[in-house]
Amino acid sequence: MVEITSNTENNIMEIVIKGEVDASSSIHLDNALESAFKASDKILVNLHKLDYISSAGLGVFIAHLQEMKEKGVKMALFGMTEKVRQVFAILGLEELLTITSTKEESLALINEA
Amino acid sequence: MSKKTKIRIIFILGVLSWLLYSFSDLYFIFLKKHRMTETFVDLLPQVFLTMFILSTLFYYRYLITKAESINFMELLWRVFLTGLGTTVVSLLLRLIFNLFSQTGFIKNPVTVNFFYHLYVGLVIVYVISTFVVWKRLILYQKTKNLIQLWNFFEYALYLALIFDFMGHKLQSLMFNVALVFLSTFSVVLSFNLKWIAYLNFRQKWKSILFILLSGIYLYHFFLNLTTYSSTGLLTNDLLDHVFVGAILLFIFIYALIAVLVTLFNLPTSSVFEQKLKEAVDFQKLSQSVPAGQSEMETYEILIDSSMSAVFADAAWIEVAQSDGNKLITRNIDAAEVALLKETSPNENIHRIINLRFTAGLNQQKNFSSLSKGTFRSIFALPILVKNEQIASLVLLQEVSDAFNREMVNIITTFVNQASITLENARLLDDAIENERYKEQLKIAKTVQKSLLPQQLSNNASFDIMAFSMAADEVGGDYYDMIDHGQGRHGLIIGDVSGKGTSAAFNMAQMKGIFHSLSQPGIEPAEFMIKANDALSRCLEKSSFITASYFEIDTTEKLVRYVRAGHCPAIIYQEKNQVILDFQTKGMGLGIVRNSEYEKYVHSNAFHYSPGDIFLLYTDGITEATNPDNQQFGDERLKTALLKYTCLQPEKIKEGIISELYAFLAGKKLEDDYTIVILKFN
Repeated sequence: MVEITSNTENNIMEIVIKGEVDASSSIHLDNALESAFKASDKILVNLHKLDYISSAGLGVFIAHLQEMKEKGVKMALFGMTEKVRQVFAILGLEELLTITSTKEESLALINEA
Repeated sequence: MSKKTKIRIIFILGVLSWLLYSFSDLYFIFLKKHRMTETFVDLLPQVFLTMFILSTLFYYRYLITKAESINFMELLWRVFLTGLGTTVVSLLLRLIFNLFSQTGFIKNPVTVNFFYHLYVGLVIVYVISTFVVWKRLILYQKTKNLIQLWNFFEYALYLALIFDFMGHKLQSLMFNVALVFLSTFSVVLSFNLKWIAYLNFRQKWKSILFILLSGIYLYHFFLNLTTYSSTGLLTNDLLDHVFVGAILLFIFIYALIAVLVTLFNLPTSSVFEQKLKEAVDFQKLSQSVPAGQSEMETYEILIDSSMSAVFADAAWIEVAQSDGNKLITRNIDAAEVALLKETSPNENIHRIINLRFTAGLNQQKNFSSLSKGTFRSIFALPILVKNEQIASLVLLQEVSDAFNREMVNIITTFVNQASITLENARLLDDAIENERYKEQLKIAKTVQKSLLPQQLSNNASFDIMAFSMAADEVGGDYYDMIDHGQGRHGLIIGDVSGKGTSAAFNMAQMKGIFHSLSQPGIEPAEFMIKANDALSRCLEKSSFITASYFEIDTTEKLVRYVRAGHCPAIIYQEKNQVILDFQTKGMGLGIVRNSEYEKYVHSNAFHYSPGDIFLLYTDGITEATNPDNQQFGDERLKTALLKYTCLQPEKIKEGIISELYAFLAGKKLEDDYTIVILKFN
């Protein structure tokens, strides 16, 4: 199961994803990202407490890539555990998504330019 | 003989016996007048009258069917109509009789008796038909004892017919004894009035009216009979018959008791109707799903039945749904509902109406008074399915202290029934969904299995074996190899994201792409770019495929490859007895769906030597978790491989799989997994 919370501070929305994102719970992630894009164009995704993400969960991020580009939404992911980061890396998503270790780095990246 | 013919024959018999009765009686008067007597003629009118009575009785017994709750009013209506008809005819007779009263004609015994015969016919028809109707009503919901009692009464009446041949006059001792005996029976039988309980308020008033009218007819007939009797000219006075007296009394007694009982039942009839409606509503609630209605319809029935059961002025039901709560209201608007949700009188009600009730909480304090606003009483109940609140039912009254324990019990019963209905509906939906899903899986598995090559061809340069295992949930693992000739081979391993049929079809597309693109001379990078291009156009937005493509050149002992987001291959180098780890870049197919993808394609190559082992796998192996939620991971996979390097691919596979299952310690695999092992010679 996954638990997703979000809060907005200075026009930047932070989404916190806890637990496991698999085929059945990926719909919640999809809903959360969908509403985040409507609410803000600067999004931080906190993955400190994400234990596992399946290909369906990765598919959610991929499905939104094009939309983010078109809308000019800036999104940065941070705090991944090594295991999760490996999953993103193998698929090549590190080259497409902004992924950092800390929140500060992510903040700096989405605020620049 | 059909029922219709029987009725006809009896009717003709009745008319015939009446004619004979009248004729013989008049003939008797004629003989008497001329002072001629023949003893046998004395009895004839009485015999024909008895025949007439019996045929009328059987005629109506056939005609008037069994009483059922739907035809009580019809039966009473029949009594009313028969009474009306016979009374009107008797009034006409009286009019004619009075017209002639001025002349001496009236003093003539023949005329008087003839009119009397007509009159007797009317009285008998009315009295007997009413008697049969009363019988039907008394025997409604009969018991064995009641039937015995009634049969006894009816036989006693037949005996009275025979008794009447003895010619005991009215008021004589024998006559009175017989009459009192039969009347006692009438009184006892008259207390069988179960049918009255099934009448609604309106029907009760109507039946009182009908019965009162039938009493008036009876009185009218009785009055006329005595008038005729007083003329002293009658040869055969009906009032001298115990049978007639008893039946008149019986009709009167039953009518009297029925009117009184109906009258006293009037105030309680609304309660009875209410209870009946509750029962019907309850049935509606339990049947709303088999009739193919949706959840919302069950809620609609629930709110309406609950409101009418406790006389609520307003009510609402709020249903928790993933796409926003649904509100069903009666006589209250959403703003008022929102306000009441804010200002609940106690914690318990507050939890219920805000859909935060948890099972095990006190259900006692769920009705209360409100201090301000239009509504002064509130009553809330949670609708639970599997101990989880899925909706709330709130009833409101404009007066304070409007709800009581009794009402709570009724509504609780309604709500429980609705819960069962809703739960059943959900279970049914789940079962159907599950069945459909299983069917899909079956198809997907069949498709997937047929897409994988039956066997990979070994050759002089290397031994190869592949193994794929589908888990319960079908993924879309794919591997394949094509011989390009001149010692070259194209090899692919891939994993389609998603599950079920869509994954299986995407896998089929991947196979098509592999077989059309993997031609002699194609560069691995070119293969991936073209494959990405093709897949970009057919994969749905959130789907992607990870793959690795290898071009094995056995003459050069060279492997050139591109990794597209797939788990990196593991290479065991025989010479140094180490595992080589190629952490190369590469992006999955279908992620970047334009020419920019080329930027993310990285070509790699390595030389191999005899004895080297090449291990390809899908993430079903590395992501397999044990009961402690630990993943098998690539480190364990590499360690496992190192143990079996001297064996042939088939044995290596067996070794690795047994290591994997030992690690899983009985836990089931959630994803399918594939390994391809290639050992160079």
